[in-house]
Amino acid sequence: MSIRQAMLAILEQGPMYGYQLRAEFEQRTGETWPLNIGQVYTTLTRLERDGLVEVVESEAEATTGRKVAGHGGVGEPLGPDRTHVSYRATEAGRSEVSEWFATPVPRSQPARDELAIKLAIAVTLPGVDVGTIIQRQRSATMTALQDYTRLKRSGRAATPTVPEDLAWSLVLDSLVFDAEAEVRWLDHCESRLRRAAAEQKAAHDDTHGSPDGGVR
Amino acid sequence: MNAVLHLAAVSRVHGAGATEVHALRSVTFRAHPGELVAVMGPSGSGKSTLLTLAGGLDAPTAGSVWIEGTDLASLDNAGRARMRRTSVGYVFQDFNLIPALTAAENVALPRELDGEKGKIARRLALTALEEVGIVDLADRFPDEMSGGQQQRVAIARAIVGERRLILADEPTGALDTDTGEEILRLLRARCDAGAAGVMVTHEARHAAWADRVVFLRDGVVVDETGADEPEALLAGEAGR
Repeated sequence: MSIRQAMLAILEQGPMYGYQLRAEFEQRTGETWPLNIGQVYTTLTRLERDGLVEVVESEAEATTGRKVAGHGGVGEPLGPDRTHVSYRATEAGRSEVSEWFATPVPRSQPARDELAIKLAIAVTLPGVDVGTIIQRQRSATMTALQDYTRLKRSGRAATPTVPEDLAWSLVLDSLVFDAEAEVRWLDHCESRLRRAAAEQKAAHDDTHGSPDGGVR
Repeated sequence: MNAVLHLAAVSRVHGAGATEVHALRSVTFRAHPGELVAVMGPSGSGKSTLLTLAGGLDAPTAGSVWIEGTDLASLDNAGRARMRRTSVGYVFQDFNLIPALTAAENVALPRELDGEKGKIARRLALTALEEVGIVDLADRFPDEMSGGQQQRVAIARAIVGERRLILADEPTGALDTDTGEEILRLLRARCDAGAAGVMVTHEARHAAWADRVVFLRDGVVVDETGADEPEALLAGEAGR
């Protein structure tokens, strides 16, 4: 996922510590895609290596020679030199962000969809009860959909006051639409499979004159 | 808690012999105070039949329908009609407002039919319109209102006089996404305030506003979400 670009884009607001950066990201996306702080610093290090961000010399640090007590959590397994350093986007970083916003997210290579793969395999195997798989999945997805909806109608997504809240409510909407699409697809699979079973049964009855058999 | 609506092993068969259709097969279903239940299923699954039986608009072939502790079969036609006016509110996809009546008159109608004086009925109607946020449109006719506003009037009509069972048949079907959500918010609020709601919908996104989602297939409840969640969670805790 484009955590790298997202972080870079947030840094356009101004220099930030890793912890701030993570907080800003989660403010907009909830905990939908949790970032661990190690990941944040690894990414920042790479961005620095690629010349897209640079370290901002802290004034306090420069004058006292001591690290600024920043947003670094106690007991984090990271060197203080990383957690107390803030970063800003370079010119190259800013143009990478513009590039990111200007380019559509590619759809040419669909993300691996475990459910689609599971059903694709299941329908071809004898003895697998596809109907039950569909039903169980639909209940599970529906339950998730109910959870997203609860989040949407209460809390900061329900009455957004700042752009970050609105961003979070739109992320929730995205989850809602995804789950809804999955339920619709499952409904579609179910009716398609039923029709196929009925056709198969009819064909079988025609050739064998038996009302039973031929349908799983 | 006592269910506001209880369908006990309800079946409904249309026709007989070769053309016999089992719309519902021994369905047991409850809706409690404070609960919004969504019923989902493809067309022909029996979801509309369930709603018409719940509202006493049709009678089951077998089993019984109880509203607030009364078996509908024990009532005569007049009694059932009265039950419908006083305990049950309907919301339809196409609003079903009377075009020649204003918003307030549409809402007041069930109370007036129930013998309430015109003035009191109007006051109750205004309270209900207030609750759905359009008391300022009280004297408009349906064709002077948007779809969303008309559906609000229909909801006001369904809740006027503190009715405790709201039955909604695809209430958001004719509305755009945002307006539909406003309507769901109102239904939700009414249930949160203590009514029992049953909503038939084919849209998962709308069903997700419910506490419980019941899936119907060929007249049978095949699955249900949210029903035994608390126990399931507890069991999970205990197992840890």
